[in-house]
Amino acid sequence: MADIALARPAAATPESGSAWARFRSSRGWLGFWFMLPAAAILLLFLAYPLGKGIWLSVTDTRIGRGGSFVGLENYEWLWDDSVFWLSVFNTLLYTVIASIAKFGIGLYLALLLNKRLPCKALIRSIVLIPWVVPTVLSALAFWWIFDSQFSIISWSLRRLGLISTNIDFLGDPTMARICVTFANIWRGVPFIAITLLAGLQTVSPSLYEAASIDGATPWQNFRHITLPLLTPIIAVVMTFSVLFTFTDFQLIWAMTRGGPVNSTHLMATLSYQRGILSGNLGEGAAIATAMVPFLILAIGISWFGLQNRKWQSG
Amino acid sequence: MADATTADHNEGMAYLDTLPRRVLTVYLPLVVILVVLLFPFYWMALTAIKPDEQLIDMENYNPFWVVAPTFKHIGKLLFETRYPLWLWNTMLVSVAATALSLFASVLAAYAIVRIRYKGSALVGVAIFMAYLVPPSILFIPLATIIQAYGLYDSPMALILVYPTILIPFSTWLLMGYFKTIPYELEECALIDGATRWQILVKIILPLAVPGLISAGIFSFTLCWNEFIYALTFLSSTQNKTVPVAVVSEFVDGDIYRWGSLMAGALVGSLPLVILYSFFVEHYVSAMTGAVKE
Repeated sequence: MADIALARPAAATPESGSAWARFRSSRGWLGFWFMLPAAAILLLFLAYPLGKGIWLSVTDTRIGRGGSFVGLENYEWLWDDSVFWLSVFNTLLYTVIASIAKFGIGLYLALLLNKRLPCKALIRSIVLIPWVVPTVLSALAFWWIFDSQFSIISWSLRRLGLISTNIDFLGDPTMARICVTFANIWRGVPFIAITLLAGLQTVSPSLYEAASIDGATPWQNFRHITLPLLTPIIAVVMTFSVLFTFTDFQLIWAMTRGGPVNSTHLMATLSYQRGILSGNLGEGAAIATAMVPFLILAIGISWFGLQNRKWQSG
Repeated sequence: MADATTADHNEGMAYLDTLPRRVLTVYLPLVVILVVLLFPFYWMALTAIKPDEQLIDMENYNPFWVVAPTFKHIGKLLFETRYPLWLWNTMLVSVAATALSLFASVLAAYAIVRIRYKGSALVGVAIFMAYLVPPSILFIPLATIIQAYGLYDSPMALILVYPTILIPFSTWLLMGYFKTIPYELEECALIDGATRWQILVKIILPLAVPGLISAGIFSFTLCWNEFIYALTFLSSTQNKTVPVAVVSEFVDGDIYRWGSLMAGALVGSLPLVILYSFFVEHYVSAMTGAVKE
């Protein structure tokens, strides 16, 4: 590959008149060789599976057996499947609540960290630790914290006299939902806080000085200076946050595996259970494909919704 | 919120800001958030060194502390299970996938930013879109493809698949770095007869070292973290990576499992935390750089 990349791009060879020869000495040819490794990996292991997933979803493929085309049968089956709709509901609930909370707490933390503080750099590094530690491993720590028998939270509340029996954190459907959502918020806040902090640091101090001369209150400072200038970065950060919350798998898998009674099953975990564990690759692929329209919608809302705000506030 | 958001401003207004007020509006919420963020790690580390009888006897021993800490759980992990092998697998996959991604990303980013072939802007956008495709919708078709290529249950599967997560991110980060390098440097080299390859290796890369480090450690962290592909593509115990092995090999009904489980989680997290502590600034620039673009 290096040999061809070494070919001089600018040195056009006038004597070779054919189109192929001209292309070979052009930028396009050089660009082609530079792009080849990245393009090969992305086409083979990203674009191709994306298409193949849609194809699998209209077949009855099982593990170890090639399938044949069955049309929309998998989707019809899912349409009448209450567990599937429960997983859709869970995923939406999880995404909406966790994203709003992550944004609120993340922005609040970013504003706190942007103030004059002792050991600011150290505090900032500590904040990011939950993001650095592998999600599954911290999810296991939460699993232990939320244990039905030896939970430290139950123990503390009992000592304080607030409850008399242990809370069954991951055994009760509502409680389990709250716990996994909490763990997700815990995991996502550092990323949002640190990126928003980077955005806050680019806001020019002279804007606040000008505003304070005009007698602006702290709230007005925030509402009319900080927020509008921060909106582009908020749009990007929240798009990623919504995307990764919606498609979350590992946190749920490590803490509840979708239980109790499917109350924490997300579409991704249901897809894994049906597609890989039960071997119905076609059905699993159909669930995964069903996530795509929601994803496009979610990205659209968080991206364009927030971009619009920018135009309005001018 | 009495003090505004910049340091300059703060100093000017500081006389309005009494200490008790500052404690209430800044330090107290900050301490609460930090405690919540760090508690799971404290709990993980504490459990990993607690003797079994203290773990389940919460009446006679204060669970928030440990008396007579033991290294039994960590020792058992390192000498009686295949944990060292899992660590090695994770390391191998992470390093190889990161190296492969960096190689591909450097070439792609350079081509998009500086060779500027026809359609390079469009390719840049397409690569960004690839960033938005989550592994959760790809793992089933990828499993069939991996099977068809004969890569099932092999670390090679992960080494080839992880770059799909890493290349989009690294390419965008490096594009940002390459753009800041003056074009004149390259023009001079071109006039002196250097080839594109020489320019890339001898001029661009040395100037983009901070960007390479950021992209590299960030990619390494993402690989170490990855779960769903590793869970789907690997089946035999000796091939597993740490996150998958800890979840699948240590989780049984044993009431005493918590010590070894938390030891597994702790030892699996430490390499990343140590790496992070050396490169905090690079992590932050990688995180914010990829978002800013």
